[in-house]
Parts: sequence; C-alpha cells; structure tokens
Amino acid sequence: MAATTTLAPAPAPAAPASAADSARLRRPTITAVLTWIVAGLFAAVLLSVLISVIISALSTSWGGGWLPAGYTFSWFRQAWDTPGLAQSIEVTFEVAIADVAIALLLGVPAGYVLARKKFPGRNAIILFALLPVILPPLTYAVQLAALMYRLGIGGTLLSVILVNLVPILPLVILITVPFVEQISPDVEHAAKVFGADNLRLFSRVLVPLLTPGIVAAGVLSLVRVLGSFELTFFVSGANTETLVVKIFGALSDPGGPPPALTAAMTVFYMAIALIGLLISLRFANPAQTLARPTHRTP
Amino acid sequence: MTDMPALSGVPRRPLRHRLAERGVDWSLLLLAPAVAVIAALFLYPFIYGISISFQPQSGGGAFANYRNFFSDSYEAGSILKTLRLALPVALVSVGLAAPLAYQCRRDFRGRKMITLVVMLPITFGSILIAQGMPRVFSPYGWGNLLLKDIGLGPADLLYNYWGTFIAAVLTTLPLAFLMMMGFFGGIDRSLEHAAATLGAGRAARFRRIILPLAAPGILTAFMLALVESFAIFPSAILVGQPDNQTHVLTIPIYQAASQNSDYTQASAIAIVLTAIELLILGLVVFVRGRLFKGPATGGRG
Repeated sequence: MAATTTLAPAPAPAAPASAADSARLRRPTITAVLTWIVAGLFAAVLLSVLISVIISALSTSWGGGWLPAGYTFSWFRQAWDTPGLAQSIEVTFEVAIADVAIALLLGVPAGYVLARKKFPGRNAIILFALLPVILPPLTYAVQLAALMYRLGIGGTLLSVILVNLVPILPLVILITVPFVEQISPDVEHAAKVFGADNLRLFSRVLVPLLTPGIVAAGVLSLVRVLGSFELTFFVSGANTETLVVKIFGALSDPGGPPPALTAAMTVFYMAIALIGLLISLRFANPAQTLARPTHRTP
Repeated sequence: MTDMPALSGVPRRPLRHRLAERGVDWSLLLLAPAVAVIAALFLYPFIYGISISFQPQSGGGAFANYRNFFSDSYEAGSILKTLRLALPVALVSVGLAAPLAYQCRRDFRGRKMITLVVMLPITFGSILIAQGMPRVFSPYGWGNLLLKDIGLGPADLLYNYWGTFIAAVLTTLPLAFLMMMGFFGGIDRSLEHAAATLGAGRAARFRRIILPLAAPGILTAFMLALVESFAIFPSAILVGQPDNQTHVLTIPIYQAASQNSDYTQASAIAIVLTAIELLILGLVVFVRGRLFKGPATGGRG
C-alpha cells in the first residue's frame, strides 16, 4: 500500500483520472444507487431487530402495537437477581480472559516462526491452523464435549476454557503471521549484531514492534470468544454456563422466563459485547481476520 | 528427511547443520505448544469422534449409528433440507454483499460506520438476532405493521423456512461482505486506469478487468458462506420450524447429544456434516485453482 501512495502523485497522467473519479463521485451510477438502497434496507432490518430487544427489555407490556404500553427499568433488577445470571457473567469473563491470554501466549510465538522460517511441513501446519477457523464449531463441538466428559472434566470451567481455545488459538496465529512479515528481518539482525541475546531480542525488539499485531489478535479473539455459543453449549454444566448459553436456555424453553426478562439479560450481554467490539474497532480492522490484510500498520 | 547414511565422498557434517540448512532448528520449538494444543483439542477429538461413532451406545454392529441415520428418511432428509437452506442463503448473502463490498473497497468517510454496523451481528451472534426477530417479522411485528399501513397482506416470515433464512442472511451477509472488502481492496486502481486509458468503457472495464480479478474473492466468500450456513444451529430452533421445514443437519446432532445423551450417534452425524463441509472446501480449492492466479496489482519496477 505504501508503494502505491508514493507512486500515486505521478504528475501529468494521474490528473485526468482523478478528475474523472470525482466526476463519477458526483454522478452516481444506477448500480451504486441500487447497492446503497439494498445496504440501507439491510441495515434497517438489522438495527430494528437489535433495537427491538432493547425496547422489549424496557417495556412493562408489549402487545401488538408499534411500541410498548409503558416503560420500566425493573426488568434489569429482576434479571440481575435471576439465579445464576451474575455467575454466568463471571464465567463469561473468566473464559474470555483465560482463552485470550493462553491463545496470545502460545499463538504469537507460533505465528512468528511461521512467518519467518521456511521449513518442511510449514504449509501443513498453516492448513492445520486454518481448519478450526474455517470449519463451523458444530463439526467438532459434540466430539470435543464427549472427549471432555470421557476425561472426567466435562461441565467444569476448565473444559469450557479448553473447548473455546480451539478456534481462538489458530486465529491468533493467522493474524500474527502478516504482522511479523511486515517487520524487516534486518531489524532483528541489527539487534543481534549489537549483542542482544534471544530473550532481549524478544522483549526489547520484537514485542514492542509486534504490539499492534498482538492487540489486534487479542481483541478480535476476545470478540469471538464472547459470542461463542455452540462449543460452550455442549460442554458447560449448570455452574459453568456463559451468558449466551444462559440466554439460549431461556429462549428455547417454552415455559421459560417472560420475553422482557430474557431481553434484559440480553441487554447485559449486548453491553459487554459492544464494549469488546468498540475496543476491537479502535485497534484493529476486522477484515483482517478473514482476508489477508493489505493494510498500513496502525 | 533425516537421511542417516552419509553419501560417500561428501564430508559428513553434523546433523544439526544439515537440518538447519532446511530450516529446522531450535526456534521451531516455539511452534510446539500451539501445535500440541491444536492437535490435542481439534485433531484428536475428530479421531476420537470417528472411533466412538463406530461403537454405538445402543449396540447393533459398528455401522449401526450411520445406518440409523441414513435409513431414517426423516433424519437423512435433513441433508437436503440443509442444502435447500444453505445454498440460497450463501447465494443471496454474496449476491447482495459483493456490490456493496465493491463500493466500499476504498477508504471514505463513513466506512468505519459501515464496518461497525456489519460487525454487530458477527459480535452478537445468531442467538441475539433470533431473539429480536419476532418483534420485526411476526404477524404483529414492525414489518407486518408497515406492510398493513401500505395495504399489503401479512407476510408469514417466522417459525418457518423464512425465519431461519432471514436470520442466516443477517449473520452470513456481513461475513461475506468483510471478506470481499478485503479481497477487493487488494485490486489495484491503476489497472482500471490503464484499461480506461486504452479506451475501455465502464462496462468493459468491469467485465474484462474487475470481474476476473474479483472472481477468486467472490468464490471464496461464497464457499465460506455456504460452509457457515450449512452448520446453522440456534436460529433453526429459535425462529425456524425445527421439526419440519428447518430440520437441518445440526438438529439431529443436538437431539442425539443433548436430549438422548447418545454421543456416539451425535458424533456419527457430526462426521457426516464434517465430510460435507470438507467436500465443499475441497471444491473451492479445486475451482480456485482454475481461475486467474497472479498479482492483482499493477506492475511496479
């Protein structure tokens, strides 16, 4: 990208092209208009789906009209007092923090080696890391849960942390690789010439340079682990349910709590997830998780 | 790899040096913990799942779990029902997301805002989407109130095929969008400019330059959307009709594991699901290999 920007201010031939561009910006094409209408519709449906949950959590009762009959905050109080809710929030945070920490600790060094070294079996390892990210959790969630119960740790906090590590660790590795590739090996050679041993090279040179990558990997995996449902669902016990699993339980139980109460529980979850999302957008470009970045380092 | 017998005539160097020449040295140990964890928690469970799927809990021979699944036309029919749901979801998601991603491939004011909106369903997950949908799509929901105001009949879009379809598109489209935005961003503008300079009109530029360069990205996004929606789960229960129209492949897995506590049967069906997913992925790799491969950037130097 840097190369393009330095090449872009080429003198004469670039000028008419950019003039044509701005002309096109002023006169949008039919396809562009159609695209934005569809996008607007999509955003409208999506946002009204999400907002309706919030309104529902604030409503005294909501029959068939556009808006509820009255508003109240009492559902939040009641949701907070629901047995196990506070605990499920605690579990959610414990699992998220433990998984992100383990994934960074193991994944960043692995990503470093994969980016720097060519060795036999490298492609196999990359493919091997790609599979848990691409395959939907339900392809392996049940087998993993069966294994956890076989080992006698099914239903424990440990098992919830372990199963959620499966998609997170490879994600950290895959995000780290392009960030390492951007750091010139010359920097490392220079540090070695000046007498840095491996430990100092790592702590004084690599970690500071890799911070943007580490933060990106951390927040993107945090967002992913907060919303992870299937893996936790099959392995968690009564005391180790995360917030999402608890909400699913309430929603799928026909005799469960009233919708407004479940909605209030969901608003707690939305708040947590939204904070995670805002932090992640502040530090990272989410497209990086999915495609190879063609980006400038933040 | 470790060819121990030394070649005659060549002075024998330490094994360490010979391995280092091929890139094998102590630094690879940094990989070991991560590889061990993925092997133990991802690869091994797959093998474990295959092995228990051949030891049916209810007896009846090694293949009983698979026979039970495929001989029951209701359960085996879930494969077709999944396909009937996943294929349109992937087509619609990519079809709607591709033009938008194309418009958004370069930075502009508001792109961050679009990214935020698009990230919402990915972050919140399908459960939250399914929870909010009744208020918008049920007979008394906002959508139908709006339809009534403009004089159209109520649309039945909940607790059937369409409920799950809408929920799936709401979560899959953003994924496809982000993926394609990344791909399209890598297509160098100067290629388009060069074509324009050489006299190509807008339609020709799109057909001859942009489409071939974007095709691998669109195809990858489509296949990953298909893989994602093939394993659709919570919304098939919450806003679908899990015992009929949206009896997708994940429902028998869930029923076997959570309701009947028969993990051997559940593993067998999960393995069928995995096999289909790997088939789809293999197809992408095959088709992608036949498309244009090469730089999507202009020549520089």
